[in-house]
Amino acid sequence: MRTIYILWLRQLKRYFRSKSRMFGSLAQPLLFLVSLGYGFGPVFQKAGQGNYLEFLAPGIIGMSIIFTSIFSGMEIIWDRQFGFLKETLVAPVSRLNIMIGRTLGGATVATMQGVIVFLISMIAGFRPVNFWLIPAAIVVMMLIALLFTALGTAIASLLDDMQGFQLIINFLVMPLFFLSGALFPLQGLPKALVLIAQLDPLSYGIDALRILLVDLGHFGMMTDVLALSGVTVLFLIVGSYFFSKIQV
Amino acid sequence: MSIIKVSKLSKKFKDFKAVDNISFEVEAGEIFAFLGPNGAGKSTTIKMLTTLLRQTEGQIELNGFSTSKQPDEVRHSFGIVFQDPSLDDELTAYENMEFHGVLYGVPKKLRQERIKHLLNFVELWDRRTDLVKNFSGGMKRRLEIARGLLHHPKILFLDEPTLGLDPQTRNHMWSYLQELNKTEGITVFFTTHYMEEAERIAGRIAVIDHGKIIAAGTVADLKKQTKTDNLEAAFLALTGKTIREEEGGRLAQMRMRRQAWTGRR
Repeated sequence: MRTIYILWLRQLKRYFRSKSRMFGSLAQPLLFLVSLGYGFGPVFQKAGQGNYLEFLAPGIIGMSIIFTSIFSGMEIIWDRQFGFLKETLVAPVSRLNIMIGRTLGGATVATMQGVIVFLISMIAGFRPVNFWLIPAAIVVMMLIALLFTALGTAIASLLDDMQGFQLIINFLVMPLFFLSGALFPLQGLPKALVLIAQLDPLSYGIDALRILLVDLGHFGMMTDVLALSGVTVLFLIVGSYFFSKIQV
Repeated sequence: MSIIKVSKLSKKFKDFKAVDNISFEVEAGEIFAFLGPNGAGKSTTIKMLTTLLRQTEGQIELNGFSTSKQPDEVRHSFGIVFQDPSLDDELTAYENMEFHGVLYGVPKKLRQERIKHLLNFVELWDRRTDLVKNFSGGMKRRLEIARGLLHHPKILFLDEPTLGLDPQTRNHMWSYLQELNKTEGITVFFTTHYMEEAERIAGRIAVIDHGKIIAAGTVADLKKQTKTDNLEAAFLALTGKTIREEEGGRLAQMRMRRQAWTGRR
């Protein structure tokens, strides 16, 4: 328990101390909200789909969470580079606890980031339909964060250096985000695209957020929660396995 | 009683043998120096002893536990000061100590006492709330040494601990370690390139070269064996005078590659 707590605390301290990272990671969601939200608003409206900003906001919250949590998971690469990883790996604590502490820390940071983006979207004009469902939405954010932090950890455990990092962003994170239905409704899309979206765990996270915040769903809450939890458990197991195999 | 038992230990990286069938023992309470030129296999051996690297062949027993079968028990038994920095730059000096203490299960009160004592000892108590990224190289080194001692381990591994330290700090550190060794019976296993340091401090010495142990014994034994009158001369007589990094083929390349992506030195 102590191990998990101190590793969690460390992630939070690092997050609050790097103000530049914090603000930097908010710029992108803000840009998306303003440019896409206002830019595509009229077209969306004309197509009879309603308010685009309402539709988009949960997607952008999901985006900020997936980016932050995969980064957090991948901080292992930094720790390896700066030697700090060794300090934790020679300590008489189980690798599983190290992995859990790190993952919870990263997920907490990503959830906070999601909440901040939620607040920003409120400033931009977004209004959730039912304020009582916000706590439930935060729980969903935590699940998404946990899922992708575990994925980041798993990947980072396999990478030796930073070179692979850009590759992961371009070939994994970007597609996961753009094909998740964060930016467009999944109804009436080409079959292939729908299939891909169905394989993308982020789709279910954003869908669940949409159900809770704006009462628009595609898969249904039950499917969303089951898919999210199932994949989270899977990634946690895979992540722990790879993390336990790290040699320095 | 032997607290470290190494038998027929080998480590292969692809087709390169970094450590080649070495065996040695270290007695409990001993100060043991592990010497060798660059690329001789010192760090690889320490990594295997400290469970960071799995051996290709052979057995290692630390404090009665096997590093491959009981890594957690082994990790409880030792502390280590690494050759390369292993601090969290984004945390303060105190937080780095605190983190270590918690990981090693040192109770809160004892932890606070020891952190204060150790930070005072390495003269960093006044800087305890500064972020480590603002520290100089020497300060980081001192902090790592303080951290390695925090949980009063049975065995303390020091991989070139005095590299980049001024003679004052070096002296200070060794007298503290000798005292710890005497009062608490901590076994000290260290590597260094400063031969006079090894000569002065170490009870016994093993010399490794090209992955093999080529000599072992007390300073007197080594001097007698090589018919020299100081350890530096004995060391050069044993390992030759060629500069390793220039001749080293595959290993030097491997190191360069490693350094290229770890971005150090």
